[in-house]
Amino acid sequence: MFYRETGQFKTNYAADMAVMPILQDRIGIGIILFIAAVLIPWLGSSFLIQAVMIPFLIFSLAAIGLNLLTGYTGLLSLGTGGFMGVGAYACYKLTSNFPDVNILVWVIVSGFFSAAVGVLFGLPSLRIKGFYLAVATLASQFFLSWVFIRQPWFYNYNASGAIEVPTRKLFGITVTGATATDTTRYFVVLTIVVVMTWFASNLVHGRIGRMWMAVRDMDLAAELIGIRLLRTKLLAFAISSFYCGVAGALLVFLWYGGAEPAVFDVNLSFFILFMVIIGGLGSLTGSYFGAALIFILPIVLRYIPPHFGIPVHPATVEHIQFMIIGVLIVLFLIVEPNGLARLWQIGKQKLRVWPFPY
Amino acid sequence: MRLLSRVLLGTGFALATAAAGLSFAPVAAGAADGIYIPLLAYRTGAFAGSGTPIVNGMADYLNMLNERDGGIGGVKLIVEECETGYDTKKGVECYEQIKSKNPVVINPYSTGITLQIIPKAAVDKIPILSMAYGLSASADGNTFPWIFNPPATYWDGASMFVRYVGTKEGGLDKLKGKVLGLVYLDAPYGKEPIPLLQDLAKKYGFDLKLYPVPAAEMQNQASQWLNIRRDRPTWIYLQGFGSMNPTAVKEAVKNNFPMDHLVGNWWAGGDDDARPAGPEAKGYLSLDFNQAGTDFPVIKDIIKYTVDKGKSQTPKNRVGENLYNRGVLNSMIIAEGIRNAQKITGKKMIDGADMRRGLETLNITAARLKEMGAEGFAAPMRVSCEDHNGHNAAYMAKWDGTKWVKGSDWIEPLKAEVVPLIDAAAKDYSTANAGWPKRTEACDKSS
Amino acid sequence: MHLLYQIFIDPFVQMGHAPDLFVQTVWDGLVAGVLYSLIALGFVLIFKASGVFNFAQGIMVVFAALTLVGLHEHGVPAFVALGLTVAVMLALAFAVERLVLRPLVNQPDIILFMATLGLTYFLIGFGELVFGGEPKVMIANQLLLPRGAIDIKMAGGFVSLQKIDIAAAVIASIMVAALAVFFQKTRIGRALRAVADSHRAALSVGISLEQIWVIVWFAAGLVALATGIMWGARSDVSFALEILALKALPVLILGGLTSIPGAIVGGIIIGVGEKLGEFYWGPLLGSGIETWLAYVIALIFLLFRPQGLFGDKLIERI
Repeated sequence: MFYRETGQFKTNYAADMAVMPILQDRIGIGIILFIAAVLIPWLGSSFLIQAVMIPFLIFSLAAIGLNLLTGYTGLLSLGTGGFMGVGAYACYKLTSNFPDVNILVWVIVSGFFSAAVGVLFGLPSLRIKGFYLAVATLASQFFLSWVFIRQPWFYNYNASGAIEVPTRKLFGITVTGATATDTTRYFVVLTIVVVMTWFASNLVHGRIGRMWMAVRDMDLAAELIGIRLLRTKLLAFAISSFYCGVAGALLVFLWYGGAEPAVFDVNLSFFILFMVIIGGLGSLTGSYFGAALIFILPIVLRYIPPHFGIPVHPATVEHIQFMIIGVLIVLFLIVEPNGLARLWQIGKQKLRVWPFPY
Repeated sequence: MRLLSRVLLGTGFALATAAAGLSFAPVAAGAADGIYIPLLAYRTGAFAGSGTPIVNGMADYLNMLNERDGGIGGVKLIVEECETGYDTKKGVECYEQIKSKNPVVINPYSTGITLQIIPKAAVDKIPILSMAYGLSASADGNTFPWIFNPPATYWDGASMFVRYVGTKEGGLDKLKGKVLGLVYLDAPYGKEPIPLLQDLAKKYGFDLKLYPVPAAEMQNQASQWLNIRRDRPTWIYLQGFGSMNPTAVKEAVKNNFPMDHLVGNWWAGGDDDARPAGPEAKGYLSLDFNQAGTDFPVIKDIIKYTVDKGKSQTPKNRVGENLYNRGVLNSMIIAEGIRNAQKITGKKMIDGADMRRGLETLNITAARLKEMGAEGFAAPMRVSCEDHNGHNAAYMAKWDGTKWVKGSDWIEPLKAEVVPLIDAAAKDYSTANAGWPKRTEACDKSS
Repeated sequence: MHLLYQIFIDPFVQMGHAPDLFVQTVWDGLVAGVLYSLIALGFVLIFKASGVFNFAQGIMVVFAALTLVGLHEHGVPAFVALGLTVAVMLALAFAVERLVLRPLVNQPDIILFMATLGLTYFLIGFGELVFGGEPKVMIANQLLLPRGAIDIKMAGGFVSLQKIDIAAAVIASIMVAALAVFFQKTRIGRALRAVADSHRAALSVGISLEQIWVIVWFAAGLVALATGIMWGARSDVSFALEILALKALPVLILGGLTSIPGAIVGGIIIGVGEKLGEFYWGPLLGSGIETWLAYVIALIFLLFRPQGLFGDKLIERI
């Protein structure tokens, strides 16, 4: 009875075609943003912000990137880790060569480098489809991993091959480096992620998003009705890699504080892919749900035994974690192949007619 | 099916609220009734073969102190493991979790993880003890007041290798024109000795050939060893870890490379590294700064107070292994650091800043080693305010087919080469990371 | 100019200069290729029969090898342990069919692929829990696999052929031949091919999907066991082997996902190409190019034949 549209009239086309037509939806988003922007930094512990919220937001951004490519355009990609790495290393090189420019500018610009690389490795998608394309994107992943280790130019020729993030300020407040407080970093990440999600939402609800979904459903038919496959697929790779690149730069600069090439290996690609699958292919809220489940679940699992006083060996917890994630993935696919986002939609649907069951 | 989806939805919701609740709840300061010592371990993953005996050794020694002496200075030690799988990401997560529990020292046991948390140590006021691993340049106490890496750095180790080769070849000047090879893991850990070896190559005129092994190809080293066959180095230094080592030794055997010319660094000296290659691996050498075996009173105490009482995860026949004793040595350093800290500050319950002072005044003499029941177990080691390493000696351990035995006398590192390089590297580090804080901590005189 | 010389002339000069190393490289490539194709074979089996891209093949290799070694460690004699492991793989096939495949009948391929990803994670955790994460030594001696090498003096140097590699090549060829005969000549093989074509059509003809899937996963499990024994004997048995499965993917896409001869041919091309490329052209680029060279080789072939060399041509209709 709360989630009803009765009494909400639309008086023009724009209002009718809005992304969130129901008032309660908008209130809900407002509440979530309030919690994220005010309550969490105010009431949350340092551990919550540093080890849970910041990486959750960053992984959600990467999951949105992959979702745009795999969920909306139907091009299965296993190269996400590599593209995130391109963004991170591009940002590092830019800021070490031009230290006076605002770091946020470089974070966004590094996304463009990542987009360029994404387009390059997306070229085979015009000829190759399905699992063959997935394996082709693995080529990009392994190649980029190799570049980060074996081309010393990327880590400024230092002996260890690992990069450290230099301290940078934004409007006089330190945002990167060891001395930046987690609240500052949290706000920066939150702003960037919210703005980019809004941008992605507009993309997928508009003409470009519809082109992508047409290509996903049947690319031959899409070509017949006039959608240029070359441009659409390459645009998907470009924008997806842009998001992944920015996420990678944020990962290194605003969360880890440093990186080594092993961070952006194939395991990261699979990690993000799991988030997208569990969250729901083709759904932005699904990316958030998936990131929350895949990322936060292991942390919760690690906390539960000591909290209840059960002495479980940490290695065993690790093993059980793997098993639970594996079982969860299979279970989700059986119960709801469209992921958590679909479950959320069903929930909302039930809410609309609550308390009546029909 | 619908019931199942509802159950899933409910579980997900419950987990989410549990997570939220747990995260908001104030994290209990775990050091309430003891000194908290976290151990970052890897009992899983591709490096578990090296990691498991080390963490067993570390945990067993500290638990033995609890059982035998009631802790250190009357305060119990709380030992907790955090599983990292040698993954930098998980290591950093472990660090973030541990931070709030007031640990007195962090042992990352991975060069990758160490590099990531070095900048955070000074800010969070927790000293890092990266015993003979981590960033070699962190031996410079003035630039890195919170990082300690006794008894020797990787650069010391590489210089000891060259010195040993020199003694075998009849003098360091005889190295001119010879080819020396470095087989290393293509990761920050593996790359550490390269600058020093290149420097020594220039000085003594030998040819240094590099053979990187990507972490994903650790068990598939055929190409690297083919290259070795082509280049024919006379000596090979193995800077490997985990499953890279046994594969390297096997490949050396396959390619008829003389075992007594294959020298591993101290992390390539595990029993699991040499045993899989079978009897042909006899003669394989490895740098070592602790002895293997159970013939020491301290190891016997460990067996008596922890292993036999069931308070240890180590199978009895694995006690005394090379890497197990390495872990014991690491814990001995921690214990000494705590003792020093208690002595200097007069407090029994010390914190990270106190521990830093305790570690900085570390001075384990031969007499002290004997007191600890470890006579001959390791070389005496000493740390100072400027030198957080000590550049102590190591020896060559030799694999005799079933166990490691002493294969040479104690070898000193080429300090004249190593120390200037370390100073230069420390300076490079602080300029590259603009804003690196100058040292403000006072220097205690060690007793 | 110098660069062109380095790329196009110098490697061949080197090959001629040290022909024994060239032969050794080719032999190592052949061996590696045969081992990759063993892993790829497991993939092809399952894909041919159920349309599922079984990402868990890699972990099945590790799991089979660990079971074998683990049983032996507990005192079971070698060949009995072998038999018991075969039984375990059969049990695994039953479990997978019942719990993963049956509920996901007729779902799109990508969902089934994701399910095998989940299976991989589960087996990693389960395997580590039961057997421990430490690496173990394969019981090659007890299984009567040969040790040592044959050194052939030729071309100015020597070429070392490891006996275990020869054994691996022989065993792999036997398995391939047996599987090819199985698919082409037997009734069950025909049923497998029918199921690969269309689940529904096969059902309507009276073929029991469940039985077929158990059989094919069991066959893939046997292939995984053989692969695990061979790979484990060459290095050791640990979870690092699972990453090697990623090496089989270029073999698969080069040979075609549905072709058994494709797996062999693809394996050999990738194996030899990778080793030659790494040895002769690797130093130009900074070495270590093995990790991606296989993929690039496969990618180049794919651009000309998008379904791989021997794969079924995909016919798309509106």
